[in-house]
Amino acid sequence: MNRVVITGAGTINALAHDVPGTLEAFREGRCGITELEIRDRDRLSIQIGGQVHNWDPEAHFNRQQIVLYDKFTQFTLLAAREAVAQAGLNFDGHLGYDAGVVLGTAGGGVNTWDENYRAVYEEGKNRVHPFVVPKLMNNAAASHLSMEFNLKGPAFSVATACASSNHAMGLAFQMVRSGSAKAMLTGGSESMLCFGGIKAWEGLRVMSKDACRPFSLNRNGMVQGEGAAIFVFEDYDHARARGADILAEVAGFAMTSDASDIVMPSKQGAARAIGGALRDARISGDRVGYINAHGTGTAANDKTECAAVADVFGPHADRLMISSTKSMHGHLIGGTGAVELLACIMALRDGVIAPTIGYEEPDPECALDVVPNTARTAQVDVVLSNAFAFGGLNAVLALRRA
Amino acid sequence: MAQTVMDRVIAIIAEQAVLDPSDVSPEATLESLGIDSLGLVESIFAIEEAFDISVPFNANDPSESDFDISTVASIAAAVEALVAARSA
Repeated sequence: MNRVVITGAGTINALAHDVPGTLEAFREGRCGITELEIRDRDRLSIQIGGQVHNWDPEAHFNRQQIVLYDKFTQFTLLAAREAVAQAGLNFDGHLGYDAGVVLGTAGGGVNTWDENYRAVYEEGKNRVHPFVVPKLMNNAAASHLSMEFNLKGPAFSVATACASSNHAMGLAFQMVRSGSAKAMLTGGSESMLCFGGIKAWEGLRVMSKDACRPFSLNRNGMVQGEGAAIFVFEDYDHARARGADILAEVAGFAMTSDASDIVMPSKQGAARAIGGALRDARISGDRVGYINAHGTGTAANDKTECAAVADVFGPHADRLMISSTKSMHGHLIGGTGAVELLACIMALRDGVIAPTIGYEEPDPECALDVVPNTARTAQVDVVLSNAFAFGGLNAVLALRRA
Repeated sequence: MAQTVMDRVIAIIAEQAVLDPSDVSPEATLESLGIDSLGLVESIFAIEEAFDISVPFNANDPSESDFDISTVASIAAAVEALVAARSA
């Protein structure tokens, strides 16, 4: 079994259009959730979101590319360019055959669906652009990454709702660990902040109208976000041989299914995924210093997640830190675990724990150290990233300091 | 014959609970009728569609909202208030 390390990271999200800006926002506990700027906003009952502002596709892509790239693909490409540049890898030669891409997205090209349904249903048009299908398909972003970087090994996308990114990164980890790839681009992307994408979520009655306040007694729901984060997962010996800067080691991964309810989370399913990731990494629970929580800010998730953490860690649950950065960037659905992995890397590499902002009142059912409102300096050696999706699909990654 | 708000609310809840409307009493709680959290959200949606109203309801904390869902009768009363407010 090969060791797997992260040698590059890139992102665009509501906090910033790159990794340094995002980490700065995490350190400052800055909120990226704002009033939405989208068409027909006045017909929505939910009018806030973690939206990427000042997005100018023409600054990054030419006209022929833009007609093929939905926003979720654009976000993916921008994040991947940052990650690959940091890693300093060139896939043009033989490495391209030993490299691939696994991405998470729940909805794929939601904006493209939305715009074209509008055209045919609302505006009564009988013709759509010829590239609607290649633009909206869930694997479009993975395929465009393969083309931009010459990745000729395994390439596909994973859709497991809010756990998509963690499932994708877990599979990429397993491929590099098993030796079936030398390097993988992985992470996730989502761009659901359009009229139809928000209207669908409104229906569930779990969205907040004012803020995402994970673990706070007065929390009143989740807030959607958008964006992407992409990482380079690389074989440790390969990275070391070329003198690459190693950001963190991916040590373990586990996925479980609750097999019980289509929306309600399960403490047992979450706990089995957390415990499974630790066993996969061969790390004892008391070495975990930080957990990036799924922490959606809904009543159901937050108390179930805290109960699962308490079950797995016992007395150590009161010593570790657990925070939800969704309070700052919103819930990126299929892209969320990828953006949240940045907080895990920051904890290991910089010794800074991103806070849970918007925290106002302790909840006895979430009685853990949730790093309220202000970032904290702490040396941690092992961190976890949780993702628990609708459908009862759980995916947890374990990372270790390089 | 015009149906009362109570009759229409009972019909919606009965359909959700897969019961005959005659088996749904005004005193019944949704829990006693076997309606879970998803069924509750679906019932509220059906009520909004039937009466053309917006029900203030957040599934994160159903007891916090002004819309009293404790019994079938309380739901019917809350619907009546919302319908009256709309036509006022």
